Amino acid sequence: MRTPKKLIAWTVGSAAVIGAVGVLSARLSPALAAGGRRPIAGPFTLADGIFYAVAALTIGGAAAVALSRNILYSALGLLASLLGVAGLYAFLSADFIAVAQVMIYIGGVLVLILFAVMLTNRIGEVNISNASMGWASAGLLSAVMLAMILVVAFEVPWPVRSTGSAPTTAPIGHALLQQWLLPFELASLILLATLIGAIIIARKEIRAD
Amino acid sequence: MIPTLSHYLAVAALLFALGLFTVLTRRNAVAVLMGVELMLNGSNVNLVAFNKFVVGGLTGQAFTLFVVVLAAAEAAVGLAIVLSIFHTFKTIDVRAADLMRE
Repeated sequence: MRTPKKLIAWTVGSAAVIGAVGVLSARLSPALAAGGRRPIAGPFTLADGIFYAVAALTIGGAAAVALSRNILYSALGLLASLLGVAGLYAFLSADFIAVAQVMIYIGGVLVLILFAVMLTNRIGEVNISNASMGWASAGLLSAVMLAMILVVAFEVPWPVRSTGSAPTTAPIGHALLQQWLLPFELASLILLATLIGAIIIARKEIRAD
Repeated sequence: MIPTLSHYLAVAALLFALGLFTVLTRRNAVAVLMGVELMLNGSNVNLVAFNKFVVGGLTGQAFTLFVVVLAAAEAAVGLAIVLSIFHTFKTIDVRAADLMRE
């Protein structure tokens, strides 16, 4: 049951997102050509198409999280966004991080969030509230933040090096157990503390009478 | 034209800005936590992209792994706090939990 007003808002919102992505990708070519860091070479290949699809999945999911009125749709948008980020990791030849993203974020964090959504709303209610406030000021602040990040990202001449792609799982395993051994063990300690803390905070008080 | 560093930085910036917008506008505490996850993912994409295109090696990826682990811990504790707020105030509107303001 969607009123035309909502439909118009959604259409305008998705058009704005698509337009932003289009403007960004159009902005990319002159920036790169002017910087002369990497020549614009070659036609639009299949890999480019997959990259843009993954990026659109990421941004679209994030937009659904930010703009949807229903928190369950927000959770589904988060699922799409996290999947897209996993795809970006795969594109960056970070295979282990991609798999960890799928297992930890989608298998763990998202399930936790869905549990929290279900436990903190009355399921019978038709409209699970996800109201928002301060759209104008928050939008302005986010836009300024985005502009600042993009200016830095495009204007600074990053010393880009030529890269190859190699499997990273075995090197990461070695690095975790040699170079990063102390942070690795500390992470396990933090996870244990989190486990105990979450249980103690979330349980109901049971008083022994 | 394979995706360059700027492509990833643009996607990560958009992700971060949308997460910031979510954190700023939502009144539902769970949705605020979703925004925090989006911002963490944006910064993670930046870490891995800089690791591949600028620095090299594995430092950025190891850092990303630790960020992911800490984000999972943060989500668990945060959602436990949300449940506790729900039990106390019967709502998860972040404006309702203002007992310490008076």
